Amino acid sequence: MNRLQVELPGLSLKNPIIPASGCFGFGQEYGQFYDLSKLGAIMIKATTLETRFGNPTPRVAETAAGMLNAIGLQNPGLEHVLAHELPWLEKYDVPIIANVAGTETADYVAVAEAISKAPNVHALELNISCPNVKCGGIQFGTDPKSASDLTAAVKAVSDVPVYVKLSPNVTNIAEIAKAVEAGGADGITMINTLIGMRLHPRTGKPIIANGTGGLSGPAVKPVAIRMVHEVSRNVNIPIIGMGGVATAEDVIDFLSVGASAVAVGTANFVDPFVCPNIIDALPQKLDELGYDKLTDVIGRSHR
Amino acid sequence: MIHQERMKVVRQQQIAEDIFELTLTGQLVLDMKQPGQFVHLRVTDTYEPLLRRPISIASIDHELKEFTMIYRADGRGTKILSEKHLGEVVDVLGPLGHGFPVEEAEPGQTALLVGGGIGVPPLYQLSKELHAKGVRTIHVLGFQSANNVFYEKQFSELDETYIVTADGSQGTKGFVTDLLKGKAPTFDVFYSCGPTPMLSALEQAYPDKKGFLSFEERMGCGIGACFACVCNTTAATDKEYLKICSDGPVFPRGVVKL
Repeated sequence: MNRLQVELPGLSLKNPIIPASGCFGFGQEYGQFYDLSKLGAIMIKATTLETRFGNPTPRVAETAAGMLNAIGLQNPGLEHVLAHELPWLEKYDVPIIANVAGTETADYVAVAEAISKAPNVHALELNISCPNVKCGGIQFGTDPKSASDLTAAVKAVSDVPVYVKLSPNVTNIAEIAKAVEAGGADGITMINTLIGMRLHPRTGKPIIANGTGGLSGPAVKPVAIRMVHEVSRNVNIPIIGMGGVATAEDVIDFLSVGASAVAVGTANFVDPFVCPNIIDALPQKLDELGYDKLTDVIGRSHR
Repeated sequence: MIHQERMKVVRQQQIAEDIFELTLTGQLVLDMKQPGQFVHLRVTDTYEPLLRRPISIASIDHELKEFTMIYRADGRGTKILSEKHLGEVVDVLGPLGHGFPVEEAEPGQTALLVGGGIGVPPLYQLSKELHAKGVRTIHVLGFQSANNVFYEKQFSELDETYIVTADGSQGTKGFVTDLLKGKAPTFDVFYSCGPTPMLSALEQAYPDKKGFLSFEERMGCGIGACFACVCNTTAATDKEYLKICSDGPVFPRGVVKL
């Protein structure tokens, strides 16, 4: 028996550890360090219909126990991802979760329809929560009706289950979660980054060229834990939790509040081996807590 | 091949105002193949500060498995690094990026090496390697003030060296480009590392010369995954953008849009 096995819509995960979208490119850089087949799944960088250059630099700024980024969804576009990035990943025994982004419903739908047909794409992650682009992204993620409608439109064309990535930059995240569930979402991934700003100490101006950026890293974990805790009580679809995960203990926390799997983002930049290290550490963590299998931990905060 | 290794501190000393010289030892040194590459350092096992620090490699000793960095301790991370003592370890990811192509200078030719501030260190290993193959070098090194000058002796021992300071407290007053205008040196290829305005000025000053420039930008991962340090390109390349960490930090002149 594989104690770390998790079954989710479209995803048979050998373990619950998934590099988060935007923090792992399309896998090639981290493939230099370890066998990507070791991972539960991979959330690839957001893909849009056309090539995007993204925001001006500086795009990142470090903060206390975290970082701000405003990359701006830079990616080579759908055609290139289908022709090069996804085929390269086929040599690994790992399901791909394709992060889909756009400016309006039509381009989300176009990307979703095409990318969901790629043989190694087992699920979509609908990006309605990127805080760093002017149009699309977060505007869908902060209004329940828009979120629900977009989910339904993408569901109608996707060949694989659709997970919706929620923004924490809302007053009532449970309301958005319920809306995307009603729109037909198969699962939720959460949280995207929190909008923040860091100033240059001398000039008093923002360091990031975009002005604001998305806060990630260990600093945001308590916010993410609270939100997963709340959303898991309000929906009946599975949650992939994320926000500051860097250790096996962090994974246990997310599972405890109701996540079924966990994405690792910023920590990859700090330690390129963080995902395999967490995977290796999980069995002992289960032993310490007295659980046979990982799924026994899911939702224990609510019991 | 990129490695992650906990490397031991062999030596650490302050060599100018806020400037430290740190030598580490470990297996990773054997993979350092080119001057101008860099390492990404994690200075603490805690979350504060969180990210790695990209630091250029100033010299490499494959026999002793040691490499030396020269860095300015002006932020939280580099201040912690400057407090590491003999025998302590530093978490190193590297070697990273593409450095200066030594093969672009032929034996008997002259190379102009221009460094600005904390852009000076990688030129030292470059100069050593150029000399090893019989290339003459002219070093033009710019600093803020006399207090910040370092490695004047080391560069002078290799070849012709000029110091420039912004406040005129040592050497020529002004910018490296001011000195170059006056001296009008004869050379075949130039290599440079320093602030972007300096790189831009060099490109303009020598429109017909072969040259290689090392850039810097705030980085996240250091290995090309996060897209934090991209730069715009010119028509000289068919690439729409370049990543400074993994495609660079050294690029041929004219490729990066300045």
